[in-house]
Amino acid sequence: MKRARVAFAGAIHEATPGATEGTLRLADGRHVAEDAVVWLAPFEVSTIVALGLNYADHAKELTFKAQDEPLVFLKGPGSLIGHRGQTRRPADATFMHYECELAVVIGKPARKVARADAMAHVAGYTVANDYAIRDYLENWYRPNLRVKNRDGGTVLGPWLVDAADVEAPPQLALRTFVNGRLAQQGNTRDLVFDIPFLIEYLSAFMTLAPGDVILTGTPEGVSNVAVGDEVVCEIEGIGRLANTIVGDAAFGR
Amino acid sequence: MTALVSPEGLVFDVPPWRLSGQVYGVLMNHRAALAALGDAATQPPYGAAPKGVVLYVKPRNTLIEPGGAALVDDPSQRLEVGAALGIVIGRTACAVAESGAMACVAGYVIVADFSVPHDTWFRPAIRFKARDASCAIGPRVVAREAIADAGALEVGVYVDGALVHVVGMGGTFRSVARLVADVSEFMTLAPGDVLMAGVAPGAPTVGAGARVAIKIDGLGRLETRVLASADAATTQ
Repeated sequence: MKRARVAFAGAIHEATPGATEGTLRLADGRHVAEDAVVWLAPFEVSTIVALGLNYADHAKELTFKAQDEPLVFLKGPGSLIGHRGQTRRPADATFMHYECELAVVIGKPARKVARADAMAHVAGYTVANDYAIRDYLENWYRPNLRVKNRDGGTVLGPWLVDAADVEAPPQLALRTFVNGRLAQQGNTRDLVFDIPFLIEYLSAFMTLAPGDVILTGTPEGVSNVAVGDEVVCEIEGIGRLANTIVGDAAFGR
Repeated sequence: MTALVSPEGLVFDVPPWRLSGQVYGVLMNHRAALAALGDAATQPPYGAAPKGVVLYVKPRNTLIEPGGAALVDDPSQRLEVGAALGIVIGRTACAVAESGAMACVAGYVIVADFSVPHDTWFRPAIRFKARDASCAIGPRVVAREAIADAGALEVGVYVDGALVHVVGMGGTFRSVARLVADVSEFMTLAPGDVLMAGVAPGAPTVGAGARVAIKIDGLGRLETRVLASADAATTQ
């Protein structure tokens, strides 16, 4: 089963795929065209945990050595937007890039969970596009929030797919298209630190709660995006997450 | 617990930051904190002093229940007590200028930010800073108007009743208004969010059994204690 959260006609609804292509069925029984709604993050998001350099090829691309401990950072709720949302590219940025990532959604509290038991704490999966602006990188708590936690810089959705419907651990092809051109590809089986490891590692010092989400990192193939670009991040069996880059003018800047 | 009363007279049984807010801290806002690194601040891996504001997140699992304790894993572990002035956001702050930033501040509160001591700030120190029960906030939000000059405040840290650390808020790179403005340039601060104005160098460390109090004139006294996880499980 997969579910979305959408805004339609003055309220927020849970939605599932409609009977025909391109439609949604709202929980209240209405059927609507999927472009007639505003797509929100597909669940109520609590703490957002993100991984850097978690694919060996991407780590190499960025000239870092693989680490003995995962590179983890946290994000705030204000950075979230849903499917078909807009992300601002500031005029002074010279290198802003997408990062297509498998997002793991926690479904039950996890405190000091062993690797062998970790997957039982996963509610499901969605797709994340975790934008970064490299111009603002500095070497203090790197990558810092000015790079990775900008308003509208974390795109999540369109669907929350139940863990029961995905083989564990997920071995899923992941692709990013910019204006229809294939720009990035990888497979979630190549994670340096896999999902059970990450749940064990994190839950050793922080209790993970339902609604917490772990963005598991991105493979090689990041490239600069421009105002007007449509960026689509796609993960096999999970979803196809689209988003558009817009300039400062739309935000009155 | 003590109910919180807003300047408008609204009574909160639950502190507002537990309902919707997000707690953020800022690294190296005290000039003395950067100065304490000496030449290391401009050597690898840093290369240069920070230019942009450097933030960290205290996620919800870190928030200590009112009356609760900070937790250490075992009796030998030490935690650093980051004593900070918490800026409580009252109005949405998005791309505000320094001149307009204070209008977005509802008031101030004391924050005790407990961390595992670490001496490298190159990577986000999540394992050290995002531990369960490592952030106490209180005892109440004081309206912005009641504090004439946040830069003139002194922060005192008491361990088991003895004053062990005193820091002035005057020696910061960014004032409250500058901090809110610079953060709001790239991320919107929402009502209920709390932004710590920085932690001074030389923060004391404490272990299981310690009673910790942070006092800021005009904001009161935030009292908390430190327990080993195993003891906490049996006493709570």
